[in-house]
Amino acid sequence: MSLPLATEAPPAGQYAAATGTLDLLWLLIALPLLGAAILLLGGRRTNSWGPYLAIGACAASFLYAVVALFALIGLEDRTADLFLYSWVPVAELQVDFGLLFDPLSATFTLLITGVGLLIHIYSLGYMDHDPRRRLFFAYLNLFVAAMLILVLSDSFLGLFLGWEGVGLASYLLISFWFYKPDAATAAKKAFIANRVGDVGLLIAIFLMFAALGTTSFAGVFSQAELLTAGTATVLGLLLLLGACGKSGQFPLHTWLPDAMEGPTPVSALIHAATMVTAGVYLIARATPIYDVTDTARLVVGVIGVITILIGAIIGCAYDDIKKVLAYSTVSQIGYMFLAVSIPGAGAIAILHLLTHGFFKACLFLSAGSVMHGMNDQVDMRRFGGLRTVMPVTFGCMLVGYLAIIGAPPFAGFFSKDLVIEAAFDQGGVRGWVMGSVAVLAAGLTAFYMTRLMLMTFFGQKRWTDDVHPHESPAVMTGPMVLLAIGSVVSGFVLLHVVDIEAWLEPVTGTHEVEHVLAPIVVSLLTLVVVAAGVFVAYTKYAKQAVPTTAPVAVSPLTVAARRNLYFDALNEGVLMRPGQYLTRALVFVDNRGIDGAVNSLAAGVGGGSGRLRRIQNGFVRSYALSMFGGAALVVAAMLVVRVA
Amino acid sequence: MSSLPWLTVIGLVPLLGALVLAALPRGAHYLHKMVALGTSLVVLVLTIAMCAAFDPAGDRFQFVQAYDWIPAFGVQYAVGADGIALVLIALIAVLVPVVILASWHDADAPLAAHVAGAPATSARVSSTAGGGAGADAEPAPAPKRGVRTFFALVLVLETMMIGVFAATDVFLFYVFFEAMLLPMYFLIGLYGGPRRSYAAMKFLLYSLAGGLLMLAAVIGLYVVSASQGEGTFAFERLTELEISTPVQIALFSGFFIAFAIKAPLFPFHTWLPDAGAESPVGGAVLLVGVLDKVGTFGFLRYCLPLFPEASRILGPYIIVLCVIGILYGALLAMGQKDLKRLISYTSVAHFGFIGLGIFAFTTQGQTGAVLYMVNHGLSTGALFLVAGFLIARGRSRLIPDYSGVAALAPILAGTFLLAGLSSLALPGLSTFISEFLVLIGTFSRYPVAAVLAALGVILAAIYILLAYQRTMQGTLRLPSGLTTIKDLHLREVLAVAPLLALMIFLGFYPKPLTDVVNPAVDATMQDAGRSDPAPTQGRGETAAPAR
Repeated sequence: MSLPLATEAPPAGQYAAATGTLDLLWLLIALPLLGAAILLLGGRRTNSWGPYLAIGACAASFLYAVVALFALIGLEDRTADLFLYSWVPVAELQVDFGLLFDPLSATFTLLITGVGLLIHIYSLGYMDHDPRRRLFFAYLNLFVAAMLILVLSDSFLGLFLGWEGVGLASYLLISFWFYKPDAATAAKKAFIANRVGDVGLLIAIFLMFAALGTTSFAGVFSQAELLTAGTATVLGLLLLLGACGKSGQFPLHTWLPDAMEGPTPVSALIHAATMVTAGVYLIARATPIYDVTDTARLVVGVIGVITILIGAIIGCAYDDIKKVLAYSTVSQIGYMFLAVSIPGAGAIAILHLLTHGFFKACLFLSAGSVMHGMNDQVDMRRFGGLRTVMPVTFGCMLVGYLAIIGAPPFAGFFSKDLVIEAAFDQGGVRGWVMGSVAVLAAGLTAFYMTRLMLMTFFGQKRWTDDVHPHESPAVMTGPMVLLAIGSVVSGFVLLHVVDIEAWLEPVTGTHEVEHVLAPIVVSLLTLVVVAAGVFVAYTKYAKQAVPTTAPVAVSPLTVAARRNLYFDALNEGVLMRPGQYLTRALVFVDNRGIDGAVNSLAAGVGGGSGRLRRIQNGFVRSYALSMFGGAALVVAAMLVVRVA
Repeated sequence: MSSLPWLTVIGLVPLLGALVLAALPRGAHYLHKMVALGTSLVVLVLTIAMCAAFDPAGDRFQFVQAYDWIPAFGVQYAVGADGIALVLIALIAVLVPVVILASWHDADAPLAAHVAGAPATSARVSSTAGGGAGADAEPAPAPKRGVRTFFALVLVLETMMIGVFAATDVFLFYVFFEAMLLPMYFLIGLYGGPRRSYAAMKFLLYSLAGGLLMLAAVIGLYVVSASQGEGTFAFERLTELEISTPVQIALFSGFFIAFAIKAPLFPFHTWLPDAGAESPVGGAVLLVGVLDKVGTFGFLRYCLPLFPEASRILGPYIIVLCVIGILYGALLAMGQKDLKRLISYTSVAHFGFIGLGIFAFTTQGQTGAVLYMVNHGLSTGALFLVAGFLIARGRSRLIPDYSGVAALAPILAGTFLLAGLSSLALPGLSTFISEFLVLIGTFSRYPVAAVLAALGVILAAIYILLAYQRTMQGTLRLPSGLTTIKDLHLREVLAVAPLLALMIFLGFYPKPLTDVVNPAVDATMQDAGRSDPAPTQGRGETAAPAR
């Protein structure tokens, strides 16, 4: 069982070993993990200082990430692979626990620890009155640690550890207010929908091992070209299934809006900025696999486009501010899937992921600030006129709004334009269809976001009597302002100062194609559609008064969109109810059928179960008897052997 | 070090402890408990020392002893441990003190009142047992058995369990296999829930039926060995026999059915939910955590090496049974209202995974199966214990009687969740490593079976989280007559914490287990004449530089 080819030269794609500063990469994960452990095991003693410890752990991790980034820039080949220990060693399967720090994982590390830190700080204010605040911070730290394992692991199994780890953290945080039945149900739904995707990822790992004999990035990617087209396609689709579960993409997207039952900082960090983008990370990371299967790429793109539309349409119909933002997240991640499906455009997907991380976190935290001042009201029909009461919140949300609809020169303008451009540049029917949907959805995005802004901050006050809206404390508005700044500058800076396309090129490949439409045409076209969306929303929600209850006489599409296009009903009808019936039927069969057959057999042999029960008292004797019978058999057998 | 008769000593200590208990005066309950706990801790310390003395690179069987017992028939007292037996004995040594600590008050008078309890409660419980055939409406009268007997039974059971894994003589194995039924039977029958006599009898009848088949196969083996030289029951000499295929299939079946009942594999599983539900919690932990592993251990130790040809022919059919068991057990677990029956059905699914790993005939699958046996012992042990803590407080096993308990008992809820997460094989916990190994090992030979079994991973999430949501989350509701319940106290935390800590440690660092299990699995694969399939498209692990 020796390793094959152990003496061969290292294959191409082998990552350079980590040295120097990068030797301590494990600290990135260990710090927040330790924070979580102390807070969880320390109990009530840590109530007072626990949250600060959690923030400190996250801050330390962030600072180290910055140092590590500069160390990485200094390296010639810009990769550092840190072997920690042999994790699962069984014969041919040798899985090491190792960390890979390269441009892609470094980018994610900064996003996770950076945005994570801001949201930790924000939570200090948001969760101030919650008696279980310590636990909240413990779970946040746990999430950061798991998310870092996800993006830093150098093997698919390590990635899977983080993958399910963030799922757990997400479950714990969605159901943080576990006494709310809706929160508990939403958390369970999220975990199970994620598990469906996870099984896809798991089977992909099995297939890698069966086909290539390894699960490490280096091993799999260096051999990706040996894969048959069929295997590569199946692998690509299985990874996509995993990505769909985690990233809330069609058809596994229904858990994400429900996840808004969790506290708003959670929605911002996990269900907008970081965890739900893990699917994009996975596909970008697996670029060498997708490079040998265009079929899988096409399916990724189609899923992305479908999700863009679904999210945008449903987002137009909801009155719950967090749900609108959630569907907007679903839709925006669709854009990232679309981009990452295009050869070489992975960097564009990551760019949109980063700008989205800023503006969506900013939008969510601002929404949280609104809720904080409105007694946790989420119904936008009960908002209105808040811009004067909450000027800072309004300012931050306005910036986030301009960024998401893609107004120049805000962050979303740069990233979304590039996605749409790349979609058209695929050429042919594929390019035109995907590009057109992307443009159309940009208009829908402008509509529902304008609607959200108008209903929340403009028009007359529609507050319920018991609320007294007020601006949030500095500990909350501070992080919001920083994220708002990011929402302004991140697009320009990442694209033109940092040149993220060149930075990520070693991982995601180059994107050089003939333009089907000139970039300026795409930009203008998009801006016109966006302006149209804004205008329609303006006529509907600024020119007319907003009723406090949703109008009933609406188009069938609106009705469908309010019921999230019947996806929940479909899940219930196709999976849940039949599953319940099957379970009930099986319980019946197991009791009456299988068990009954055996029982009646026993009854027949022993002369009725009643008599069986009666011999129980003399049981030791009867047991001895059966032993004796056995012994007699043995003796008889011995005699047979002797005689024979 | 290896010259010490480790296995015999470790096996005898609990028996001696039981004898000491018998000699102690009847009423000294605290003393009884301390003696039992002390004995089990001595066993634990000795077992740790034995594990340290075990050399993974050494002989397959270590700490070997062999003395003639019935020379006329070649029966020996022969013991020895390979890596597989070693880790299972270690599991026993860990679980018994945990069970003793967790069952501290379970045998106190009024006997098992919290489950047998008032007639109303017992009717409630028995009505949920499905009202299956043979259900008796009247609860058996609670007999007055003491604390001393309970703990003595646990210790005697420990001796038997160690013996069954340590035996390297097939006849000796058979003796322990049958003998360990007795203490378990009494634990269920004397200290169990309202339907304990039905459950105990069912457990016994099933096991005896299997035992008889195995006895026939054991004798058959002896006959074959005698026809090829001197008759023997010694395992290593039996593996050298040349057995014709039809005889292999016949003997294999005898062993297989006995082990499949014990394990239990679908469709031989129906005794387990009753036994698991009616048994006292400590008994359930030992029953599902250890006793049942004798079945899967038997597959690996006896079925595969002794009858390689039969295993090869029948293996695919068994794989089918295992996959059905995984899905069937999971679906049934979802439909249970009784918490302990739910946990029992999850075990049916888990045993399907273990069987799958064994009969996939890959190193990963079989190593995974052995790890699964250990991890499942820790995980289901923890789950049963925590469920027991809840049931002891609420005096009801019914899930619908509880809701929102986390508000009153956050530590209880947290441990319940952690134990549940281990049952659904969350990465980072040891159960994931074993489930992953089983599935990846199965996939390289039987991809369809592995994919179907992987659906069980989704179902596991559903049944665990459903049970957690229903009992621990939502608005607070307790069984009638209760206004509040206390959180876990120190003794209970001390009992369950080692299991949880071990699961986390082995989830991140399973190497101590794989190091000793791998050589034993290699030997088993060799005996069975099988080797791993090679990667179909790539060159294998190319990215492993010398370290």
